[in-house]
Amino acid sequence: MAEKILMKGNEAIAHAAIRCGCDGYFGYPITPQSEIMETLMEEQPWETTGMVVLQAESETSSINMIYGGACCGKKVMTSSSSPGVSLMCEGLSYLAGAELPCLVVNVVRGGPGLGTIQPGQGDYFQAVKGGGHGDYKMVVLAPSSAQEMYDFVDLSFELAFKYRTPAMILADGVVGQMMETVELRPMKPRLTNEQIIEKYSSWATTGKTPGRKQNVVTSLALDSIIHEQLNNTLQAKYRKMEEDDVRFEEIMCDDAEHVIVAYGCMARICESTVEMARKEGIKLGLLRPITLFPFPTNEINRLVPQLKTMMSVELSAGQMVEDVRLAVNGRIPVNFFGRLGGIVPSPDEVFEAFKKAINK
Amino acid sequence: MDVNDIIKPENMVYSKTPVLTSTTMHYCPGCSHGTVHKLIAEVIDEMGIQEKTIGVSPVGCAVFAYNYVDIDWQQAAHGRAPAVATATKRLHPEKYVFTYQGDGDLASIGTAEIMHACNRGENIVVIFINNAIYGMTGGQMAPTTLLGMKTATTPYGRTKELHGSPLRITELLAQLEGTCYVTRQSVHNAASARKTKRAIRKAFENSALGKGTSFVEVVSTCNSGWKLSPVKANEWMVENMFPKYPVGDIKDL
Amino acid sequence: MALKGAIVVDREKCKGCGVCLVNCPTNTIALAKEVNSKGYNFAFMASPESCTGCTNCATVCPDTCITVYRVKV
Repeated sequence: MAEKILMKGNEAIAHAAIRCGCDGYFGYPITPQSEIMETLMEEQPWETTGMVVLQAESETSSINMIYGGACCGKKVMTSSSSPGVSLMCEGLSYLAGAELPCLVVNVVRGGPGLGTIQPGQGDYFQAVKGGGHGDYKMVVLAPSSAQEMYDFVDLSFELAFKYRTPAMILADGVVGQMMETVELRPMKPRLTNEQIIEKYSSWATTGKTPGRKQNVVTSLALDSIIHEQLNNTLQAKYRKMEEDDVRFEEIMCDDAEHVIVAYGCMARICESTVEMARKEGIKLGLLRPITLFPFPTNEINRLVPQLKTMMSVELSAGQMVEDVRLAVNGRIPVNFFGRLGGIVPSPDEVFEAFKKAINK
Repeated sequence: MDVNDIIKPENMVYSKTPVLTSTTMHYCPGCSHGTVHKLIAEVIDEMGIQEKTIGVSPVGCAVFAYNYVDIDWQQAAHGRAPAVATATKRLHPEKYVFTYQGDGDLASIGTAEIMHACNRGENIVVIFINNAIYGMTGGQMAPTTLLGMKTATTPYGRTKELHGSPLRITELLAQLEGTCYVTRQSVHNAASARKTKRAIRKAFENSALGKGTSFVEVVSTCNSGWKLSPVKANEWMVENMFPKYPVGDIKDL
Repeated sequence: MALKGAIVVDREKCKGCGVCLVNCPTNTIALAKEVNSKGYNFAFMASPESCTGCTNCATVCPDTCITVYRVKV
């Protein structure tokens, strides 16, 4: 029987990293995600799997350590929270431009600025629209449970290497801090250097062997034609992700007349709101995007004809709602409810806001 | 003896190392970068470590170092090369990992990264080109620009009041326990270039011995930025740069 | 026993910076009056009889365009 352990979402990330064959973690402490590095340091995976764990001098350095590791074709990751991820945006742009796979976990807190250490979802735009400079995207996964925090580590690496692109787990302080039972998946060994050479020697800096051309990992292309081609390659990857790797969960959407769209901790709260509505005879459903990029635009499109309204519920001033509105394209009203400052609304509060919006 | 009798393969005593590609360098005539690239390539060749060496190139003129030294390269964001090299070396302890950085890259925007990589004693080699100016961006003031020196952003000369004094980062790094070898060299004449090559070789050997960070500063010229001919730039360097940046070993454990 | 040397300059790669000239202890090298395809007055062995094959020029050449030969006579 699979091993089940009670742990925090943040701890689940650390255990998942060790168990899925991650080669290196480089991070910098910041609330509310410090347990990730703390757990790794306590577990000392360098003694068992050989995974490297290092506390960097800043988030800027962490993300650039990830860049170095990713250049070598290694499975590398970092984690941080909002202000730290802002510092990482330079590196994320370079990673995307150089087509490097990696995992960045953002356990989001309230912003802007130093903000609050309470949960938030105000980094949605930063995560799905780029954040750093230039036209790039990342795979963005939004877990809503400790189990998903665990499972999305391996999934992120899989997608990151599939597309040679950075992947982000966009969690929030609630999912990071709450304790739940987590089923540990079977151990996956780290790839050996030989296996990495076999799989990635067409691009990774594994050492120039005689007969192979030198591998240079760079995002620089001063020739306009080449640079446009590089950008077109990136865009083609993003379109492919939109075709093949959209993930979402639907609750009671089959007969729904209204649908709430929510991710992360807000999706769990809204699940209770759906139950409340159903008890009152209101046909409310929940669409939970699991990938925020690629966004479930097609699924929203599919649902719109049967719906009277949609509502985006977020711990922000309204960010994902813009993507919902783009998908709905004016066909039905798209309402919004959000709380800021680290305040997490109750299911009742969401339900009241929902009723008020549809009766307007 | 006729020249043609001398120019025969068996008499060849110096030729381009195969670790250096045949691509013509984009550097200005007389630029120290080319000489230092060559010395690195020769050391890699002589140590037989082409397969085991990974370079990290900076932002600045030397961003294209990968076009000239035929090894695997990672191109880092401005100033971040020591962080990039840190992970590369830790994930590949058997490899030789070096960064190649200019003064703006290493001593200004990347000060935190170089300090902490050296303080952790990463087993990497750092080649630091100090020509007291930002070359590629068009000759602006660098942290190492001398007082009184005119640059694009100090058109009337650098003043201590406005910009502080030139940063002798090499001396600072020598203070850190993680560095095992800290030296300052130059490549303006044959003797100094040969010394620099020996320093680079020692730095690579230290890396294999796991002694800590080896740091080789090369006091260099930027004749375009300095608005001098290549030969005059070398003379100006000896006269003006050396008093502030004296050549020699600062630390050798 | 004396050393007799000779150099071969890759004219196309030479940028005529002149650093080899000032590093030549025997004044063997000069810059050509004519230019290469990039417009540089390339270096050449102006006084072949004086070259000792010391390799100083090649060592300081930033563009690695000098090959040196040497014989003992």
